[in-house]
Amino acid sequence: MHGNSTYQPQSKIGQWFEKRLPIGGLIHSSFVAYPTPRNLNYWWTFGGILSFMLGVQIITGIVLAMHYTPHVDLAFKSVETIMRDVNYGWLLRYLHSNGASMFFIAVYIHIYRGMYYGSYKEPREVLWILGVIIYLLMMATGFLGYTLPWGQMSFWGATVITNFFSAIPGVGETVVTWLWGGYAVGNPTLNRFYSLHYLLPFVIAGVVILHVWALHVSGQNNPAGIEPKSERDTVPFTPYATAKDSFMMVAFCLLFAWFVFYMPNYLGHADNYIVANPAVTPAHIVPEWYYLPFYAILRAVPDKLLGVLAMFGSIAILAFLPWLDTSKVKSARYRPLYKQFFWLFFAVCIGLGWLGAKPAEGIYVVLSRILTIYYFAHFIVVLPLLGIFEKTRPLPNSISESVLGSKA
Amino acid sequence: MTTQRILIALTLAASLGAAGAAHAAEGAPVPPAQKWSFAGPFGKFDQGQLQRGFKVYKEVCASCHSMSLVSFRNLAEAGGPGFSEAQAAAVAAEYKIKDLDDKGEAIERNGRPADAFPAPFANDRAAAAANGGVAPPDFSTLAKARTYERGFPWFVIDIFTQYQEQGPDYINALLLGYKDPPKGFVMPEGGNYNEYFPGHVIAMPPPLSDGQVTYDDGAPQTIAQYAKDVTAFMMWAAEPHLVQRKRIGFQVMIFLLVLTGLLYFTKKKVWSAVH
Repeated sequence: MHGNSTYQPQSKIGQWFEKRLPIGGLIHSSFVAYPTPRNLNYWWTFGGILSFMLGVQIITGIVLAMHYTPHVDLAFKSVETIMRDVNYGWLLRYLHSNGASMFFIAVYIHIYRGMYYGSYKEPREVLWILGVIIYLLMMATGFLGYTLPWGQMSFWGATVITNFFSAIPGVGETVVTWLWGGYAVGNPTLNRFYSLHYLLPFVIAGVVILHVWALHVSGQNNPAGIEPKSERDTVPFTPYATAKDSFMMVAFCLLFAWFVFYMPNYLGHADNYIVANPAVTPAHIVPEWYYLPFYAILRAVPDKLLGVLAMFGSIAILAFLPWLDTSKVKSARYRPLYKQFFWLFFAVCIGLGWLGAKPAEGIYVVLSRILTIYYFAHFIVVLPLLGIFEKTRPLPNSISESVLGSKA
Repeated sequence: MTTQRILIALTLAASLGAAGAAHAAEGAPVPPAQKWSFAGPFGKFDQGQLQRGFKVYKEVCASCHSMSLVSFRNLAEAGGPGFSEAQAAAVAAEYKIKDLDDKGEAIERNGRPADAFPAPFANDRAAAAANGGVAPPDFSTLAKARTYERGFPWFVIDIFTQYQEQGPDYINALLLGYKDPPKGFVMPEGGNYNEYFPGHVIAMPPPLSDGQVTYDDGAPQTIAQYAKDVTAFMMWAAEPHLVQRKRIGFQVMIFLLVLTGLLYFTKKKVWSAVH
């Protein structure tokens, strides 16, 4: 990775080992000597928080898997047994279910930070695309995990989401039957969802390694959106970034603990405490909060196939962001118009999230359509044109100048 | 800049809460918020209330509603109704449990603390047949499985006030929500009018009446008191570790607050050289 390490182990054994596998040097160059821009603000701490949350989810998940039974007749009961009879099972389960939400809160902040400061632009396109892939994998993992307690919302959510694929012309029904392993969501579905839910976090971990690797090749973007030019522009990762990241990580845990201990069911659905019943459809089938904007886009389009395409397209379009945004200037700090459009886009996403939780009727449908059109227009119309017409502010000469003023 | 920050915080909170807004009981009034001893960061179950609620459950609700995930031994566990182990065993012994003897013959034996509460019907279909086509819901998770729509801005405020008692408030309101149907309301056969039930037609007839259950601790023997007590009991049945959760939560919050503070000053010290 980046930054040639001058790391030399102190001990004889360490030197012997380092000659054969230079892992100490790798860690030293990646997490100790690695130069980080000195002007990073707190929004840059969410990458570390995300790694932490991935760890929390994997560890709590592995222990939960020791007590969980993936069978339609036993799954709900096994989760309740975890909640009631496993020592601190309630804690593990609430950590895991709320951890998923915290993971998404952190990833959304991380993504919006990247958008605000233009972190996807050259030379960080691959880094950004890897991030989009991680986000997609997270969505898949979250969805699969939500089916496992086998409550009403698990079952009906799984039914609705898998039915998307029936929109594929010609082979749709066949594909859905293949996904289900039967003619309806049933035991084979639950079994494979469990298997995949256990697999995907490790795939995420793999892509995270690539993401961090790509980050350490190109270096971090920063609030000024200009590349470091001299050593004065950077500080070593340790102790500077480690101190800052640790502080924010623990502060983030305060939020996490607030939900886990005081309102563990706030982010879930009451219906999921009713055991799955294929004969009874809930009044409203609503996905988890982190999918709501995309759910709103899906329902905004009157045609099923086009709706599904719009929904997947709304995520896929993120991968093209480095080329859709034509501006040479990265940071919104120096892009007065983009800054406005960024917040408008943010508000539109929140609006879509709100609409996703509302029934698809009346004014909600009209609003969903308007916001969906704007969502896509932001990428296809606003961003390409802004780069051409926007008058940007002058960039500072260097990062240290932007921090310390022009005297420096 | 600060207004922008507040706006961001609010919208973020709104996006979090949007999920909660999804539940709705159309056309029903908002259940009045009750004072629950288990609400808030220091909430605890009231042992006396849980014992009374259990009595109501046992003498009234249990004739139709099962509670299959709760065992007799749970009655004697910390944070619950506070029965002694002997008392829990005595309660268990009042019940008949279907089992097999050593020869594999079906028998009925007296309940033991490890047994779960036996269901009043042999199976769901029998329960449905005896109750107008729909099986009465199991009590084990019911207090967490019911809610009502909070709507904006309440679902945002709830994050800060820790309001988590939609389920109990709804159940309590439902138990007291039986009324004569308004003029012109067409009541299907076997239906009962309830203000708080979605659609207003509920199969369950008014289950409680004044003086129905004898309390030996001097609490009023009224429908309102029964409803509140049994609802609290249902919350315990759904979340038996609630007291432990909130107690540990407070310790965790204190620990994290102190650690956050220490790390903040560590960070400040580390960065003081470069700022």
